[in-house]
Amino acid sequence: MKRNMLPVLALLLLAAFPHTLPANGYGVGDKATDFRLKNVDGSMVSLADYPGAKGFIVIFTCNHCPYSVAYEDRIIALDKKYRPKGFPVIAINPNDPKVQPEDSFEKMQERAKEKGFTFPYLLDEEQTIYPQYGATRTPHVFLLEKNGGDYLVRYIGAIDNNHSDPEDADEPYVARAVDALLAGNTPHPDMTKAIGCSIKRKK
Amino acid sequence: MTVRISPIILLFMFFTLPRVPVGAQSLPEPTRLLAQDGIRVPIYEGFEQLHPLFTHETDTLRVINFWATWCAPCVEELPYFDELAREQREQPVQVILISLDFRKQLEKRLLPFLRERDLQATVVVLDDPDADSWIDAVDPSWSGAIPATLLLHGTRREFREQTFTREELHTLVESMMEEYP
Repeated sequence: MKRNMLPVLALLLLAAFPHTLPANGYGVGDKATDFRLKNVDGSMVSLADYPGAKGFIVIFTCNHCPYSVAYEDRIIALDKKYRPKGFPVIAINPNDPKVQPEDSFEKMQERAKEKGFTFPYLLDEEQTIYPQYGATRTPHVFLLEKNGGDYLVRYIGAIDNNHSDPEDADEPYVARAVDALLAGNTPHPDMTKAIGCSIKRKK
Repeated sequence: MTVRISPIILLFMFFTLPRVPVGAQSLPEPTRLLAQDGIRVPIYEGFEQLHPLFTHETDTLRVINFWATWCAPCVEELPYFDELAREQREQPVQVILISLDFRKQLEKRLLPFLRERDLQATVVVLDDPDADSWIDAVDPSWSGAIPATLLLHGTRREFREQTFTREELHTLVESMMEEYP
């Protein structure tokens, strides 16, 4: 009957060494990591650079993906509305520019200038940040709330429920989630899905 | 009294039958049809219209791939899916390519692409932007990134959020065939 012990042993091992589990990214309630990534203006940006912020709208997005492009204006609007209230947008391009040349640092600079991005647009050059967050597509939002020295994940998912037409989007998920946090409430829904472009990993 | 139809007339009748793409016979009723120069693409504006494809158990291996013309990794693996549709097999395979191309780009991008590729696989458009309402119905493990592929055979379901190589796709298809020798 030794064979029956194997699953039990495996479970015990997993319980003892949870870090050996494959990383699937954050769930709502998890502590998010800070980062130090290069912005399109050449500076390095961290969450710690914003002592006055109540939280952050972290958005993994990029130049090339039509879904990202469709949301550019809405991302700018989110930053303009919520930065003064303590929730600035931080955009991060997770793609490897060798796989997706349109997402190079230079092209990011061009796009940020063209569109007049009001928020940092960072490059996850080593591709180490997006897997920790568990971003799988662009755009992919992680709404963080500061809690003492921690950044707690409060919402994960889509910006709203209609990529093709902002007029038809009757569920502004991110705006509602930030409003809930500002009012001291828990966002609902706190997780949504959307179609997006897969993240282009280094080959 | 018996009516005799000459074989030549029968042959003539066969070739004048409307040509329906392989696999298209069993498609649900679309919202509308995108048609140009002999290319006909059914457009579904609500996921629920396509829902039977994902739930109906069938002894035909159904391969459903979500893609778009602007999605480079999707276009890269598309020929392997089309090969599946072209291959002659003992077991029937139905390949359905669900395009998520944007509404405004169907005439400009999708139709020229289809004209150039001459795909044997069935192509349909899903134009239902409220994706959070239907992604989990395809598969709860799908994050929403494309390409994404679902294979259905009887009660067996295999979902992959990945770009396939030719070998990977064939290995998976063969493994799903084995259950129905």
